[in-house]
This record gives sequence, structure tokens and C-alpha cells, in this order.
Amino acid sequence: MKITQHASADTLSLLLDGELDASSSVLLDGELTKPETLQYQKVLINCQKLNYISSAGLGVFISHLQQFQDAGVKLVFFNMQEKVHNVFEILGLDTLMTIVPSESEATAI
Amino acid sequence: MKNALRISCSRGNLKVVRDFVADSLLNYHLSPLQLNQIVLAVDEIVANIIIHANGEDESQHLDLAIDVNEQAFGIEIFDNAANLYKPSSYHEPDLPEFIRQGKKGGVGMALVNRIMDRVEFTTQGTQNVCRLYKSLVQQPQQ
Repeated sequence: MKITQHASADTLSLLLDGELDASSSVLLDGELTKPETLQYQKVLINCQKLNYISSAGLGVFISHLQQFQDAGVKLVFFNMQEKVHNVFEILGLDTLMTIVPSESEATAI
Repeated sequence: MKNALRISCSRGNLKVVRDFVADSLLNYHLSPLQLNQIVLAVDEIVANIIIHANGEDESQHLDLAIDVNEQAFGIEIFDNAANLYKPSSYHEPDLPEFIRQGKKGGVGMALVNRIMDRVEFTTQGTQNVCRLYKSLVQQPQQ
């Protein structure tokens, strides 16, 4: 798993590249746990190169979502591959998290 | 077709397990979603056995045996942990509550139970065995 960050004034974008499992999710958790993450209005997760997600990866997002909402930070996923989106769907997480098709739609939120 | 794999109890081996399962299904023309679901279910069980039953003790190992044909995928996962990993206290996860609590774990078995047709945990002598089964026969559209 490789995570590439891009930050602008109010938005933190994370490009996830690889597979998010019980081994690699520790890295993502470390990124989202940084206190400065809560200073942004939006955290955009670009999933174009995310090839796989397990419950450990989902758990990282589940565990941070409430804290983000309390701090007024919107967590938005975009460019999600169908097989990764399907894992969110199996649990019903697609209705609890904000997932949009494209970067332009993510930016417009 | 039967395939076998032995790994040490390290979460770094999960990728090896996923590739092993995917390779075993290469010739069965599954959709990318079906293939990913079966790989995911095995990954979830193996991660739980490595982390929770064996405490990531790399001196311990797991043995995996796949039996697959056109009709069905089956896998047996053997380990020697003193404590059988058996999520007998399993409850369907309340996801809005998990989000409120900031809970990191607890959804893996829900994925496994929703994907696989049969999930069994037993012991055979000193070995713990988990068996997963999934039909590969397409159900006719209603």
C-alpha cells in the first residue's frame, strides 16, 4: 500500500495505491490519526488504484468517521473500483459513507 | 482440483493467501466480484486466526487446503492454537453504533457469513479446523 498526499487550503487528498488489508491498514490509520487531519474541511480518498479492501481497511474508516463528523470534516471517497465498492455494499456501508463516482463530484460536495 | 499452502502466522502472509485462493479459481470463469468475495472471505478468516488465535506468533503455522471444481469452492484452514478461534459470540454488527463508538474491528465475520454458504469451526485431535464452502453454480434470475 502506497499513500500519496496532496493538501490544499481546506482539502486533504489521499491517493491509495495497492491493497488495504490487516497488514497495510496500519499505515492508513496512522495517516488519518494525525491531529492536523481534523483541520481540513474535506478529506478526499481517491480509490482509483485501490485494488482490494478487507474489514481491517473498512475498520480504519469506520473508526475515524464520527471524529471527522464531530470536527466538521467531510470524508468523501471517489473513483472506487466496482469490486471494492461491492465490499462496502455487502455491509451496507455505502449508505453510511459518502461515495461518489468522480473527483469533480467529490470536490463539489 | 486440490491445492495446499503452509504459511507462518504473520499478517504479512495475507497477500500470499489471497494470491493462492485467486490462482486456484483462475480456470472457473468467475466474475471479478465473485472472485474478490471468495478471496476476501478467506482473507478475513486467516487474518483472525493469525491475529486472534495465534497472536501473530511466527513460529506457528497454518495449513490451507482448497478443493474446487465447477460446482463449488471449499477450503479447510488448520492451525494448532491452544484456543480455537470460534466466533460463537458473533452478532450482526450495528454499523451506525460502530461508527458512533469509533470501533475499528468487528465486521470481518459479517462479511464472511454474508459471502460464504457455509462456515464451520471444529477441532480434529489437537488441530483447529475452519471450513468455508461456496457454491459456484449461478442461480437463475428470478
